[in-house]
Amino acid sequence: MEEMNAVSQVTKVVGKAVPVRGNDIDTDRIIPARYLKEVTFSRMGEYPFFDERFDSSGKPKPHPFNDARFQGASVLFVNRNFGCGSSREHAPQALYRFGIHVIVGESFAAIFAGNCVMMGLPAVTVSSADMEELMQSLEKNPLTVYAVDLEAKSLSYGERRMPVELPESSRKALITGSWDSTGMLRANLDKVKKVAGRLPYVTGFTG
Amino acid sequence: MAQSSGRTLYDRVWESHTVDILPTGQTQLFVGLHLIHEITTAPAFDMLREKGLDVAFPERTFATVDHIVPTDMRSRPFLDSQAEELIQALEKNVSQFGIEFFGLDSDRQGIVHVIGPQLGLTQPGMTLACGDSHTSTHGAFGTLAFGIGTSQVRDVLATQTLAMDRLKVRRINVDGMLSQGVYAKDVILNIIRRLGVAGGKGFAYEYGGAVVEKMSMEERMTICNMSIEGGALIGYVNPDATTFEFLKGREFVPKGADFERAVAYWKSIASNLDARYDDVVNMDGAKIEPTVTWGINPGQAVGISEKLPLPEEFSDPDGAKKAYEHMGWQPGSAILGTTINVAFVGSCTNSRLSDLRAAAKIAKGRKVHPGIRALVVPGSAGVKALAEKEGLHKIFIEAGFEWRAAGCSMCLAMNPDKLQGREICASSSNRNFIGRQGSPGGRTLLMSPAMVAAAALNGKVVDVREYLQ
Repeated sequence: MEEMNAVSQVTKVVGKAVPVRGNDIDTDRIIPARYLKEVTFSRMGEYPFFDERFDSSGKPKPHPFNDARFQGASVLFVNRNFGCGSSREHAPQALYRFGIHVIVGESFAAIFAGNCVMMGLPAVTVSSADMEELMQSLEKNPLTVYAVDLEAKSLSYGERRMPVELPESSRKALITGSWDSTGMLRANLDKVKKVAGRLPYVTGFTG
Repeated sequence: MAQSSGRTLYDRVWESHTVDILPTGQTQLFVGLHLIHEITTAPAFDMLREKGLDVAFPERTFATVDHIVPTDMRSRPFLDSQAEELIQALEKNVSQFGIEFFGLDSDRQGIVHVIGPQLGLTQPGMTLACGDSHTSTHGAFGTLAFGIGTSQVRDVLATQTLAMDRLKVRRINVDGMLSQGVYAKDVILNIIRRLGVAGGKGFAYEYGGAVVEKMSMEERMTICNMSIEGGALIGYVNPDATTFEFLKGREFVPKGADFERAVAYWKSIASNLDARYDDVVNMDGAKIEPTVTWGINPGQAVGISEKLPLPEEFSDPDGAKKAYEHMGWQPGSAILGTTINVAFVGSCTNSRLSDLRAAAKIAKGRKVHPGIRALVVPGSAGVKALAEKEGLHKIFIEAGFEWRAAGCSMCLAMNPDKLQGREICASSSNRNFIGRQGSPGGRTLLMSPAMVAAAALNGKVVDVREYLQ
């Protein structure tokens, strides 16, 4: 097993938040496809929700990511089935590079949630009622600081504390720093070769 | 593990590809076939270089270009310098890491999800991953095929495995018979409409029932392709005689006695009749009519004779209101007769030979309505050649359609094929998301290729059955 790197462990995110309301927000809305033509992720932080934040002349439109009250947020609140559609990792990369270090939602699309884990970005869920409470608390007081604790599986602000959920495997990967999975998988390369050698289509179906 | 009853194909393939249980509790799963294209891979190769790793099984990855390629002027360098830079990055990476590449000039170039099956790379009982959500297409062969992100592409390149969580399996039976003018596209749009765009979260969908069993491989691919639009990472059909017949003789499929052994293996991995499912859904194929999306996700669809629904009919009325706001029409109005500006036949959902034949049957001897921009973009160079051999291109060109070279084209508009302003597009693609076809204000109506052709001829949405009586 590759040695765990303490820096890569993700256990807690504390910060201000930004709400993006609406169900089924797809990855084309999170990052329009034209930005996928860049060969690296390095500038993705400039593009999240681009077409919802700017008109065709580049003039800002009302959007939480343009709202001065939510500047500097590292926690993103969303509703149901966030990140549906395309598998583009550019979507969570854009959010992360913009400054989002945890996403709290009612639910996430499968590939998007997987991409988040792979880059060390926790995507955790709360109940619909709790999300409505969170969004209202935030809209009432944008300076509220929220703390998401993956070890305790909780989200707290002020005196309030509520449970958060995420797949146990994702939680383990994040808190042990094994979300960057290549080393862990590569350590098993001998076993991989054994499995490959047992699969008839790998060996060519020969007798 | 070798239980002979009560098992699904998903159970068997998952288990035969399991390498280990990881400390996180995830399964390390072997990936039998890895397909890559120019968009989601460049950073993955950069990560490999940063880590100083090689590609573990270069012979199990195949590359092509599809997303950004122009479908008209294909000379290099591309006019779009970013597209040129991306294709050069892929060319450099496949050459450096020893990966077989079907480049722009290859007769095997095309949309990844069209060429995998066409070349016989996609086979039953495999696991298959690709950095594209529509990888579920390959499930038509009884393959566990799923889309992945760029960091996962890195893992497949470096280890030929992924860290995965096991899914539940939902069996979807479509029984009865489809009526004339109703296609695989209409079936999957109705499945998504019924189960919801997030309904498949946590599930693999196994499609079956009389309608699916009777379908050709190309129709099954259309169904499996849009599994992800219903929230399911994987969709599949158990392999049967139709599957084996399709595969026989294809380039990467075993020949002779090896083929017979392959068929025996493929039969052995199918779900048992008494397989246990986590959920079962039954639908009546006879009740499906030609279907068109009216909103901003593929679940927002109606039959051609229906009126547009009221927002209050949805569990998420605000989502429906947002859709009406973008599309600019009113609840209670008809989708039939909606004016269009552009017609697009293409995409990994509906760009195969049978799709082009269905559209050509409607277009034959008729003319595209004045002012309508109509494109036919075959899914691969191979499909294009077959279509031209039987003269389909002439039918389209004479009718006033543009006949293009293979690529993803206006499905996601990463090449020059884009909507302008508030244009409305009748499209055989898979996503009607806001901005999907290249204009933030653009509007997409998803439908079958035959319905797209009929819309192109009339400049508005019509019922294709009028042409088939």
